[in-house]
Formats: sequence, C-alpha cells, structure tokens
Amino acid sequence: MSTPLLKIEGLHVSVDEKEILHGVDLEIGAGQVHVLMGPNGTGKSTLVSAVMGDPRFTVTEGRIYFKGEDVTEAKTDERARMGMFLSFQAPQEIPGITLENFIRTACGAVSGKQPKLFAFRRELREQMARLGLDESYAERYLNVGFSGGEKKKSEILQLLMMKPALALLDETDSGLDVDAVRTVTEGIKAWHNAENSLLIITHNAKILEGLDVDHVHVLSKGLIVRQGGAELVREITEGGFASVKEED
Amino acid sequence: MAAFDTEKTVVADIDRTVYDIKDKVDAAYEVSSGLTEEIVRDISREKNDPDWMRDFRLKSLEIYEKLPIPDWGPSIEGLDMKNIVTYVRPKTGMSATWAQVPEDIKNTFERLGIPQAERSGLAGVGAQYDSEVVYHNVRKEVEDQGVVYTDLESALKGPYEGMIRDHFMHLVPPTDHKFAALHGAVWSGGSFVYVPAGVSVEIPLQSYFRLNAPGAGQFEHTLIIVDKNAYLHFIEGCSAPKYNVANLHAGCVEIFVGEGSRVRYSTIENWSKNMYNLNTKRATVGKGGTIEWVSGSFGSHTSYLYPMSILAGEKSRMEFTGITFAGAGQELDTGAKVLHAAPGTSSHVTTKSIARDGGVSNFRSSVVISEKAAGSKSSVSCESLMLDSRSRSDTIPAMDIRTDKADVGHEAKIGRISEDAVFYLMSRGLSEEDAKALIVGGFAEPIAKELPLEYAVEMNNLIHLEMKGSIG
Ligand SMILES: Nc1ncnc2c1ncn2[C@@H]1O[C@H](COP(=O)(O)OP(=O)(O)OP(=O)(O)O)[C@@H](O)[C@H]1O
Ligand SMILES: [Mg+2]
Repeated sequence: MSTPLLKIEGLHVSVDEKEILHGVDLEIGAGQVHVLMGPNGTGKSTLVSAVMGDPRFTVTEGRIYFKGEDVTEAKTDERARMGMFLSFQAPQEIPGITLENFIRTACGAVSGKQPKLFAFRRELREQMARLGLDESYAERYLNVGFSGGEKKKSEILQLLMMKPALALLDETDSGLDVDAVRTVTEGIKAWHNAENSLLIITHNAKILEGLDVDHVHVLSKGLIVRQGGAELVREITEGGFASVKEED
Repeated sequence: MAAFDTEKTVVADIDRTVYDIKDKVDAAYEVSSGLTEEIVRDISREKNDPDWMRDFRLKSLEIYEKLPIPDWGPSIEGLDMKNIVTYVRPKTGMSATWAQVPEDIKNTFERLGIPQAERSGLAGVGAQYDSEVVYHNVRKEVEDQGVVYTDLESALKGPYEGMIRDHFMHLVPPTDHKFAALHGAVWSGGSFVYVPAGVSVEIPLQSYFRLNAPGAGQFEHTLIIVDKNAYLHFIEGCSAPKYNVANLHAGCVEIFVGEGSRVRYSTIENWSKNMYNLNTKRATVGKGGTIEWVSGSFGSHTSYLYPMSILAGEKSRMEFTGITFAGAGQELDTGAKVLHAAPGTSSHVTTKSIARDGGVSNFRSSVVISEKAAGSKSSVSCESLMLDSRSRSDTIPAMDIRTDKADVGHEAKIGRISEDAVFYLMSRGLSEEDAKALIVGGFAEPIAKELPLEYAVEMNNLIHLEMKGSIG
C-alpha cells in the first residue's frame, strides 16, 4: 500500500499536565473519507488540534506523519503549507482584515505565490455564491459579527479556496440549518477527489449524506474504542454511544 | 511540543531606512552647545526678533533656570542640556518652490514623500529642516479665501505681528513646565495659520519637521488661530535619522478654535530612537466649537505628550484618538488632558497603546470638570496590548470633578494577543510573526482609519513590516 496521507501512531496528548488522549492510532489514505464520533468531552477536538499543531496541546508520546513526513514537531503554519487544513469548531473573529484579503493572504501563504487579483476575486465570488454567503461578506472583517452558521460557511469557503490535501472538519455542521448543511456538503464534495482526504467530526449523520464514508472511528475517554464502516454512523445515531461500546 | 513562546518578538523593529538617511551636516550657523543668555541673545539677533520677542525669550530663560526637571514621568537623565545644540540654521532661506530648496534637503523631503503629498491633495505644505522652515507654500485659492499659512518668523515681521503677540505662548505659558520655558527661550521655526471667520479649508495643510543635525534640538512653534464658524485640518509629521547622541524636541502647538469652528489636528510622530520628545500641545475651544486630535506616536526614545483641550465655550467639544507603539528601549508616556470650563461641554478620548520587546507605553489622562461645567460629559477609554511579558503598559487616569451634574466614564483594558487567534491564523499558513502583526494591525485599525490615508498607510507599514506587502 502507498503511504497514507495522515498517520497517527500511539498519540498521547496533554493539556495543562492533564492527559486527554491516551494512545490514539489512526490512518487516512489518499482520497478517503473518515468520520470521528464520540461523546462530548472525549477528546475529538483535542485530537485534530494536536494534529494541526496547536501549541497548547502537548504531545507527550507518539508520532504524527503527514505525507510520509514526521510532523510531530512542525509548526502549525508548516503543516498548513504542506496541505493540512482545520475547520474549527469555534472559528476566531479577527478584526482589521477583511475576509477577502485574509483568504488571499492565506492562499498566498500556502501556495507560496500571491494569487492574481482578478482571477482570485472571480473564484471567491463563485464559491461564496455556492455557499450562499452574500458578496458583501468579502468586505467584512474576518468572521467578526458572523453568526454561528456564517462562521462555519467562512471555514468551508477558506477550504474551497485554499484547496488543502487533508481537511479536518470539527463539527462543521453544528450551528448550520438543514439547507445549509446540504449546501456545505455540496461544497465539500466539489473539493473532495481521489487525492484529497477528509476527517469529519460530527454528532449528526446529515453532513455525511452524499459522501462515501470509508471509515468510522469512535473515540471515548481519549481512546479509539470502535472502528468500522459507514454502518456505524447509523448505529450511533439510532442507538447512542452505549450501543456501539457494548459490542466492543 | 514547546509551550507558546510569549517571549518572542512579534513586530520587528520598524524599518527605518528611509528615515535614517543622514544628510551631511553643513549648517550655515550654529550656536555653541548648552544654554546661556548669550546664546538666547544670539538666536534672537540672528532671527531679527522684534524687541518684545527678545525680551520674551530672556524672560523664558529665567523661568527655565528656576523650574525643576519633571520627576513624575519617564526618566530624562540621558538628556544633558549642555550637549543640545539649540539652534541649527540650515544653509538656506525659505523658499516657496521646491526648485529653490537645496538639492540634499529637497531629496530628504522627496524620500519622505512630502512634495508628492502636496501635489496630490494638500492645501499647503510647510517643511522645516533642523531649526528653520525651508519651504512654505499654500494653494492660491486657499490664500484667496484669506487663509494665512506661513512660517512664524515671517509672520512676525508682517501685519499679523499684533495677533501673534496676543496669542503666542498665552495658552502654553513658559511657566507651564521647564521645557515650555526652554521653548519660549529658544523656539525657532514652525508655522502660523490664520483662518478667517466663515472659511472652510476643504483640504488639509501639512507641516513636516525633519531634524537632521546630531545632538540638536528642535523647538518649532505652531500657532493656529481659527476664527468663528470655520474649519481646518492641520497635519503634522516628524522624523529624524538616528544618531548616537541624544536629540531633543520641545515643540509647542497652540490652537485657538473660534466659536462654532472645528479644527482637526493629525500627527504621526516617528522620531528616531535617540529623541527626547517633550512636546506641548494645547487648544482652547470657543462656544459650540470642536477640536479633534488624532495622534500616532511611534518614534523617540522618551516621550512626554499629552495634548490638552480647554473647553472654554458653552457646548464645545473635544475628541482625541491616539495610538502609541513602544518597542525596545522606548518609554512613551502619552495621553490627553481636558479642562471642561463651560456648561454642556463634552470630551471623548479613545486610545490604544502597544508595547513590545521591553518597551513601555503608558497612557496618562487628566479630566477636570470645573464648577462652571454643569451638564458636561466625558468618556475616556484606553486599550493596551502587550506583546510579551517584558513590556509594560500602564494606565494612569486622573479626574477632578467639581460639579455633580456631569457624566464621566473611564474604561481601561489591558490585553495580550490571544493564542487562539494566533493558532487560527497559523493554521491558514501564516507565520507566527505575520499572524501577530495581523492581530496588532487589527487592534490599531480603529485609530488608523482616523488618520489621513497616506499616514494610515505609513502606520500600517510601521506595524506590518514583517508582512512585506502580503496583506492587501
Ligand atoms: N485548553 C484546555 N484546557 C483544559 N482542558 C481542556 C482544554 N481543551 C480541552 N480540554 C479538556 O479536554 C477534554 C476533551 O475536550 P475536547 O474539546 O477535545 O472534546 P470533544 O470530544 O471535542 O467534545 P465536544 O463533542 O463537546 O466538542 C475535555 O474534558 C476538555 O475539558
Ligand atoms: Mg469538540
């Protein structure tokens, strides 16, 4: 088998001396769609934050490989430039830079060259239309005063424009209305292809409709307690986490 | 993984290359350093002062000798008056066209963008080099409205002498503090502006002050008199190349805002890091009038700068918007003062201060509401941002409210750059420096948008240097 896009080996992660992940293994191949589920507070956000290199989370044991390279010690911006992308559960508001200027800067930062203004602007407008974000938002400060759902759309807009190889989506669907979830899934499908991979954290099966899920991982108390195919999603949404753990 | 490194510097030292180009010192006349009666008489003679001005200088010198060095603010021990050359006259008279300005001096101003700015949207421009104004010009249509914009020395020899005598250092008397007295004794250069009643000067006037000679002092005096129901926007810019000896700037700005008039005074101060900037600015505002101060302080080694507004007329107003950025080795003590002396007056102060790399950026404010100022309102808000744990930013508010019919508010916030925000930006490929510079830029933005465009751009460049144009 070819090298997986992302490989997590025996990962232990602590925050403020408290261990949250106790040895997580996970592999995502090129083009695959993975789903990460689990009760609140079990460490799902911690896992993707650590993978993205959030300095507040300390990896005490284990390795993270991306595109075959050990990135355990790499800075967050290096990981981003290598093609990793995190859609935040709670995106930040940054005054002083407009959404458009920010995305242009980010695209320049990850690709190494500043996108041409007019082509960039046209593409941005197209993607905004696709996501149902009004054009005027391009001129607003990054996420400032955006509603919860608008912030999630802003995340996916950044994904669509930055075109990473791996997208970690942390509860992108929460806060989105039914139609918006569908719009966002459509957007994700437009970007997803045989090379690009996804790790989706969700409490809701809706966002997965229309995506071919390859693997489902269930995280509980800092450990992966169950792995399986798409059928696990239905089991969990119908029977709760108790049902999947019992079978384990 | 390493914990977030709060010690790391964020915004690199301002790229001073443009400001730092030193011209060869080639002065026509220089007094010996230190301050004596002889020197003051020399300056006065050299300037052909009227007698009253010579006497004013000598009186100021006496006061200077009696007053103590201020002991309540940043240390000015590094400043030895004996080593400051008070008067350096460049080897040129005043010109009304850039073509007449000597090549090297003109080049300095070209590099700083002054003549271009004049072409592209200023009503008049004055340029001072060391102690003297080398250029002054005002658009004909503005002159035709009766607006006077000239250097103070020329004005003293013309029909406005009486007006100057009635106003010069009446708002900031030499007894105000030691450096006001020094200013009174050795002042040189600066501008005189008179706007007649009912005249609105639609485009700004700008004076640029450049201190080139090492170890010199600059003591320009700006006197602005705006008659009733008039409008003026005056812009002041300052810079100097860096030398290893201390330079002193003890300028003075006096603004008289007439009834129903509005004056906006914008400054970007970017003195080099060896400058002691002990500057005094004051305005008095007549009935229904408004003074607006917009102030950016980036340079200097040590600054004492608290523009004061005297709200003398009923329902007069002041607004102050300021930003101060202190880096390594800098101690910038800035703020605003206001005296509410009439009923129904209002003041509104908004400032931001940033400290990095061991710099100290203090915000000092003083609000006095007198017995006569019933129904007045004042709000002061100061936000500071510390970029590392070695830097300091203190807020020192003083309030003296003598009427119970006043509405007074004070708000101070001290923040650090949010690690969450830095992580968010870095997850989009921005380096840590760029992420932080962007956040600092966002913090400063509400102030930047009050500045004239080219100054807002300059300020952004000062802050975003690390980003080298990557942000549109
Ligand atoms: N910065 C932090 N400081 C202290 N504790 C933290 C921090 N971040 C996370 N934790 C703790 O780590 C645990 C896992 O949190 P995490 O956010 O990863 O959960 P989650 O699985 O994403 O939950 P949810 O489904 O509610 O989003 C929680 O107990 C949380 O309180
Ligand atoms: Mg979470």
